[in-house]
Amino acid sequence: MAFTKILTQLAGGMWVSIQIFLVTLIFSLPLGLLVSFGRMSKNRVIEAVVKFYISVMRGTPLMLQLMVVYFGPYYLFGLKVSNGYRLWAAFIGFVINYAAYFAEIYRSGIQSMPAGQYEAAKLLGYSKNQTFFRIIFPQVVKRILPSVTNEVITLVKDTSLAFTISVLEMFAVAKALASSQTSLIPFVAAGLFYYVFNLVVALLMEYIEKRMNYYQ
Amino acid sequence: MHVLEMNHVEKSFNEQKVLRDISLSVKEGEILSVIGPSGSGKSTLLRCATMLEEMDRGELFYLGDKAVWNGSDGASVYAKKEKLKEIQKNYGLVFQNFHLFPHMTVLNNIIDAPIHVQKRSKEGAVQEAMELLQKMGLADKADAYPCQLSGGQCQRVAIARALALNPKILFFDEPTSALDPELTGEVLKVIKSLADLHIAMVIVTHEMAFARDISDRVIFMAEGVIVEEGTPEEVFASNNVRTQNFLGRYGEIL
Repeated sequence: MAFTKILTQLAGGMWVSIQIFLVTLIFSLPLGLLVSFGRMSKNRVIEAVVKFYISVMRGTPLMLQLMVVYFGPYYLFGLKVSNGYRLWAAFIGFVINYAAYFAEIYRSGIQSMPAGQYEAAKLLGYSKNQTFFRIIFPQVVKRILPSVTNEVITLVKDTSLAFTISVLEMFAVAKALASSQTSLIPFVAAGLFYYVFNLVVALLMEYIEKRMNYYQ
Repeated sequence: MHVLEMNHVEKSFNEQKVLRDISLSVKEGEILSVIGPSGSGKSTLLRCATMLEEMDRGELFYLGDKAVWNGSDGASVYAKKEKLKEIQKNYGLVFQNFHLFPHMTVLNNIIDAPIHVQKRSKEGAVQEAMELLQKMGLADKADAYPCQLSGGQCQRVAIARALALNPKILFFDEPTSALDPELTGEVLKVIKSLADLHIAMVIVTHEMAFARDISDRVIFMAEGVIVEEGTPEEVFASNNVRTQNFLGRYGEIL
C-alpha cells in the first residue's frame, strides 16, 4: 500500500484527533479558571469538593477516566448510550481532566501576583471583578504561558488515549491499518502527524509568548 | 471641616501593639509629615487610614463621614461596603514601591481608573492625564511601559495616577525610600509642586529636610504613639529627649 494511500486513510482519524484537541482547549481553559476560583474559595465546603475533584483527576489515569465517562451511564444508571456517544464521552473526559490541570496552573499564577497590585487597584476604586479582569488576569496569562504550553503539547499526544473507548481518532486508525497491512508504516505516519502537530503548537505558543514580551 | 480625622486608633499584629491610641486630624489643603524610626507604626498608620489594614479600635472620618467607629464592645465597626466605597473616593495613596500596572502603558495606568471606575469620557481622561504628565515632566513617556522607566519616573507616574482621580487628600508612604539620592530629588520636587493644588497631603518620610520645608505640621512617632506634634520649627527644635535622639545630628546641622 502506497504511503499516500495510508495518509488518506489516516486523514479521517487526524480530523477526529484535531476535534478532540480543539474542543478540550476551548472548554477546559475557561472551566479551569472557574475550578481555580473554587479551589481558592473562602468557602471551606467548595474548596474541599474542588480539591477532591482535582486530586481524583490528577491521581487516576486519563484512560480510566475516559472509560468511566463512556461506560458509566450504562453500568451506573442503566442508560443505553448510542454509538455517537463515544466521541462525546471523549470530549467530556478530556475537558474535565484538563480543566483540573489548568485550574492548578491558573492558581499558581494568581497566587504569585504581588499583593501591591491588589492594593493599588483597591485604592483606585476598582471593584473586585474589575481588579481581576483588568489588572490581575492579564498579568497571570503572561506568567502561566510556559506551563500552559507544556500542558497543550501533552494534550496533543493524549488525544491518542481516546482509542481506549474506540473513538476512531488518529492512533486507533493507525493501529487498525498496521494490523490489516502487517506494516509499521501507519505508525510512522502517525508519529509524524503528532510531531508536526506539536511543532505547529509549539511555534504558535512561542509566537504568543513573544507577543506578550512587550513588558517586564 | 477636617478632611481626615482619626481618634484613638489602636492596632496589633499577633499581640504586638503597633499603634497605641493614635489621634490626628488633617485640615483641607494641609500638609502633614509623619517622621519617626522604622517600626514606629508610621506605615501601619497610613494603611489603617487608607483601610488597607483594619484597625482594632478607634474612629476614622473623612470630611465628617463616618468610616469607622467603636461598637458597644469597644472594637472598631466599619461602615457598609457601599458607604466605604463612597468615602474611599476622597483619598489616594502613593506607595513606596509604586505598584504601577506593568502591563499598561504610562498613559493607560493613569486613565484606566478614571474611565472604568469613575466612568469619565476617554477624551477628558486622556487630556487630564497628559496635563498631569506635563506637570510631572513625563509628557514624552505616555506610551512607555513602566519597566522602561527609572524608579523616579515610575514614582512620578504613580503620583499622576493618584491625582487623576481628584482626591481631597493624598497619602505618601515613604515615596522615596526605594530611590537613590538623585531620583529622590526629582520626586520630592514634584511633591513640592503639588502644594499649590491645595490637596491635603500626609507624607510618611525619612527625608528630614524635605519634611521641614514642605510641611505645615510635623508628627514624630515612636513605638506606636505620637511623641510630638507641631510646626516644623517646633518639632525640629524640640527639647524632647526621644525626638532629639531620633533627629540626632540632623538637629545640629540645622
